[in-house]
Amino acid sequence: MIWNEEAECMDQKKREELQLKRLQTVVKRAYENVPHYKNRLDQVGVKPDDIKTLKDIEKLPFTSKEDLRESYPFGMFAVPPREIVEIHTSSGTTGKPVVSGYTRKDLDTWSEVMARGLTMFGADPDDIIQNTHGYGLFTGGFGVHYGAQKVGCTVIPISTGQTKRQIEIMEDFNSSIVIVTPSYGLYLAEVAVEEGLDTEKLKLKAIGFGAEMWTEGMRRELQNRFHAPAYNIYGLTEIMGPGIALECQEQDGLHVMEDHFYPEIIDPETLENVEEGETGELVLTNLTREGMPIIRFRTKDLTALRRGKCSCGRSLIKMDRITGRTDDMLKVRGVAVFPSQVEKALLKIDGIEPHYQIIVTRPQHLDEMEVRVETSPELFSDEVKELVGAKKRIENYIHDEIGLRVKVTLVEPKTIPRSEGKAVRVFDKRKFDN
Amino acid sequence: MKIKQLSIFLENRKGRMRKALDVLEKGQVSIRALSLADTSDFGILRLIVPEPEGTKKLLEDHDFIVKTGKVVAVRMEDEPGSLGKILGILDENDINLSYLYAFVAKEDMAIVLLHPENIEEGIGALERGGADLISAQEIYEL
Repeated sequence: MIWNEEAECMDQKKREELQLKRLQTVVKRAYENVPHYKNRLDQVGVKPDDIKTLKDIEKLPFTSKEDLRESYPFGMFAVPPREIVEIHTSSGTTGKPVVSGYTRKDLDTWSEVMARGLTMFGADPDDIIQNTHGYGLFTGGFGVHYGAQKVGCTVIPISTGQTKRQIEIMEDFNSSIVIVTPSYGLYLAEVAVEEGLDTEKLKLKAIGFGAEMWTEGMRRELQNRFHAPAYNIYGLTEIMGPGIALECQEQDGLHVMEDHFYPEIIDPETLENVEEGETGELVLTNLTREGMPIIRFRTKDLTALRRGKCSCGRSLIKMDRITGRTDDMLKVRGVAVFPSQVEKALLKIDGIEPHYQIIVTRPQHLDEMEVRVETSPELFSDEVKELVGAKKRIENYIHDEIGLRVKVTLVEPKTIPRSEGKAVRVFDKRKFDN
Repeated sequence: MKIKQLSIFLENRKGRMRKALDVLEKGQVSIRALSLADTSDFGILRLIVPEPEGTKKLLEDHDFIVKTGKVVAVRMEDEPGSLGKILGILDENDINLSYLYAFVAKEDMAIVLLHPENIEEGIGALERGGADLISAQEIYEL
């Protein structure tokens, strides 16, 4: 089934006309209501009226995450605060997070795009959706919730954690669709087996997964363990949340909801748009958002766009699975972590050398992060309990900075390799290549 | 009465202790006593050597982290109950011990190296209790 056949299967020429009209409107609205955009456009000498074709979007300046941080909290809002009915923020715990504001109509759009995606997975009003994404400032929980309600499914808003309870509910409530992060999904399956649950008897219809890097291998694992097809959900808080692009039954690329989010791929070095099918950085523009229209947001996610006929009947452009990042951001247990945050935490502690390594692994389907820190004479003590205390202190500082528990390992001085220029500090040993 | 002890940070990794010992060998350092405290992540190698300052510098030149600390050495009879007697003295005086290590020095004579939380109080109590405290020189000459 297709949720919104008119929008999803629209003739490409007609869709481009719609996109252009929406782009012109949104640029004008941003220019007139958000000082940041007025300044930026004035700086490059572009007026909203200069947008005469879709290609003219390339004349507009990019928006970065830093721009959004600088406008904290409500600087990017294009409507009076009273029209904002909901707020979410990015997960960053360093400095200020990115605030995302939604009007009533924006929530409708969010529900609409997520409803389209869940319908791609096969959802209908008879389904019971167990949503293990966190409810709160994180967009994951609410985005899925709104879409599921729009479809008319029964939502179990259980949020993350309480794994044994999750399994009990899955079994007792006959959940037919489960929404997970891939690593949590695999963990859930493992605990289910430990609890003696036969996952084949669950009769799951589909699994929706997102918010983390993933591989086809992980998808296969999820499918094998739950005996159901698994589909990817893509989204980001700055633009809306989950629902920007989702997979159909083909499981071969994610359909971008391009009547609401205009996708471009740029070369992250030259910042020029690349040819269709080439891999580069995904740039997204809100075409219909009222509360906080974002223009040409650099997602830092690497992917490629492919237009073609999909056997599902939708004409929405497809993007590949995200294959990497243009910056050094890591996603650990769904939380965005930058090595610079770890460095910042270490610099707060006397006697720590700024030499460190971050090692991320996924031993039992759950991410583990280890920070290797060189011991210094100031830090070293003859007594085990003091050394263990120092280690704990470093772990606490890092936790305060990134919001995640990590394992700190003290290593001998000068054992972390010094490299000229760009130091290799991160060793992501989770396998994302296939 | 106080004996200088070197404490060396070691990662709990294959070959780390050997590397430290190689440095000592090259410097012709003869170890008088040694103990190793280990946790799952790291270890602390504690050494008594005849020239602590020179040895510290030698190890530091090879990128080891070394701290100089003090321990108390007590001579005792090499027979059952000797160590218990010494610990009894500390216990009666309510003195906490961080760690200790002991070795048999020669026939009928054993030595225990003690690290009380407060070394001055420890020495006082041991002296009053009649323990046979020995000097650094005596250890070096064993």
